[in-house]
Amino acid sequence: MSEKNPDRSLREKFEDWSGKVEKGLSKRPERKEAFVNSSGIPIKRLYTPLDNVEIDYPSDLGFPGEYPFTRGVQPTMYRGRYWTMRQYAGFATAEESNKRYKFLLEQGQTGLSVAFDLPTQIGFDSDHEMAMGEVGKVGVAVSSLRDMETLFQGIPLDKVSTSMTINAPAAVLLAMYLAVAEQQGVAYEHLKGTIQNDILKEYSSRGTYIFPPIPSMRIMTDIFAFCSRNVPQWNTISISGYHIREAGSTAVQELAFTLANGIAYVEAALNAGLDVDTFGPRISFFFNAHLDIFEEVAKFRAARRLWAKIMKERFQAKNPKSMMVRFHTQTAGCTLTAQQPTNNIVRVAFQALAAVLGGTQSLHTNSMDEALSLPSEEAVQTALRTQQLIAYETGVSDTTDPLAGSYYVEKLTKEICQRVEAYIQTIDNMGGAPVAIEQGYIQKEIQESAYTYQREIEQEERAVVGVNRFQIQDEKPNNLLRVDPAVRFSQIERLKQLKAERDHDRVKNSLAELKKVAESDENLMIPILDAVKAYATLGEICDVLREVFGEYRQVTTF
Amino acid sequence: MKAKRKIRVLAAKPGLDGHDRGIKVVASALMDAGMEVIYTGLRQTPQQIVESAIQEDVDVIAMSILSGAHDYLFPKVMELLREKGVEDILVLGGGIIPEEDIPILREAGIAEIFGPGTKTKEIVRFIEDKTQV
Repeated sequence: MSEKNPDRSLREKFEDWSGKVEKGLSKRPERKEAFVNSSGIPIKRLYTPLDNVEIDYPSDLGFPGEYPFTRGVQPTMYRGRYWTMRQYAGFATAEESNKRYKFLLEQGQTGLSVAFDLPTQIGFDSDHEMAMGEVGKVGVAVSSLRDMETLFQGIPLDKVSTSMTINAPAAVLLAMYLAVAEQQGVAYEHLKGTIQNDILKEYSSRGTYIFPPIPSMRIMTDIFAFCSRNVPQWNTISISGYHIREAGSTAVQELAFTLANGIAYVEAALNAGLDVDTFGPRISFFFNAHLDIFEEVAKFRAARRLWAKIMKERFQAKNPKSMMVRFHTQTAGCTLTAQQPTNNIVRVAFQALAAVLGGTQSLHTNSMDEALSLPSEEAVQTALRTQQLIAYETGVSDTTDPLAGSYYVEKLTKEICQRVEAYIQTIDNMGGAPVAIEQGYIQKEIQESAYTYQREIEQEERAVVGVNRFQIQDEKPNNLLRVDPAVRFSQIERLKQLKAERDHDRVKNSLAELKKVAESDENLMIPILDAVKAYATLGEICDVLREVFGEYRQVTTF
Repeated sequence: MKAKRKIRVLAAKPGLDGHDRGIKVVASALMDAGMEVIYTGLRQTPQQIVESAIQEDVDVIAMSILSGAHDYLFPKVMELLREKGVEDILVLGGGIIPEEDIPILREAGIAEIFGPGTKTKEIVRFIEDKTQV
């Protein structure tokens, strides 16, 4: 493949063949004039060794577990251990969610993934005015350490790994988790898990920001510093392309904007005086698995190759672990249809297959009913079974990076790398991801892709089975999960009770100390941990920080 | 008579939900159909939505929620509109709205609910039909 001069006779034979095919097209035309993937990359009729002549095996691919990690981050990949099967779950109260977690663990799930409700994600207690109508809806309501104790009741924290989708108030929820571990007698160094802690994509794509970028980045680096000393196995960030893709981006944009955010985080941590090889190995990623199987596999491989290069060449990392893209994947929620929802099981299966062929470290498979409501227990079970089936029955995990060497996949991996690098260059020229977001550039790029995608569906250039092809009049399923609105009242009761029982002076003092530290440049984790243990609520802690840091106002691009 | 005047639409995201792909796609489509669209951005309270609607003198409010808070927030907007004596604004909803909730929302005064898979031109046509005098 590294030959600079491809076999002339192969090129001649290929041209002969192409000529013959072209002639036949007038009689038997292809389905479309041009085949193009989501990223705008033209897809050729056929890929051959001629497409791979620019690829150098040792430097572009290498071996699993070795730089540039294109083929995977572990030497034996799934021959050693399957990916972690981790279903994002949480709704209503901590008791209800605790039951769902125990159900999932009994079903063979191997890690937990906590979904918090929106008030929790935005730093409001359940009794806040802005929480009206939202308590317990898209996740579990956690307003204080007491809720967190209930959430993990009977789940030994040294035995599970826990991922928490929490960003703006990540420090507070992490502190609560640490406090629960202490109560269980589990040492911090035995804790395994992830906090999302990726604030930049909240501004551009997901919307659960609280503070402006500069103090947000400080909280993030304080978490990096605290965890590197005290919670060494914890993934302190999960840089997320998932939501960028859900917001409508292409595969190339997903990867480009994620890596650009990653660069901004590394720069922030370096500016805070941290060593790249101290926090680098604790960086993890979170990607989307969409429908185009080969585009997705190439994207995952490109992610590994590009980040390894960025960490090594741009940031002079020395530890290979700092260069590895370890990532979680979730199947694409935006591809689920409300029409003929059982079809979604099949979509999810293909997307999950792409994630596995792409070498994911953990996986969430969406439930068939998610275009209609929160998933029911039955639908979640089928979703989990889908990935168990891929693992245990299909044989795709018996060798590593099985699509490597496919002329198509290698070429596509290379093209995605080139297009992502061009985007990163543009963003660098603007002054980095925070500036690009502030100027609305990233939002606008995503928005335009989303609108194009929708127009393609409406003009029937893009087929969606059951929506613009093969439609039927179908009955909507009626066993959907509903969250009882009374959850809000029980949460308010719990908060009242907590506030009556706790040590008021301790709460007051810990919040005063937090304010002092927030105004200084000392590490915020310690006073947050103290405040959490004093049963100060999430809302109280975030209010102190709001007072010191101010609140972010969204840039709207209309 | 509102003859010749462009149809004015307030595109709004009530509550804490950050999913704005749908509302932005709908807003773009309405603009392409010749309407004037004002987008509120995220995290609007029902009060803010009603105030913006009155201030901007819109013909239509198009709201989107994917967090499940529609059961509280959509009727709340209608209640506040009635309190202010506003009866001539067409109010639409979209997002992840379970089928069984739709009759309740209609009863509260939401003119139509557009779920996932809706074509934007259906929404355009609906608005044009209902705002014709």
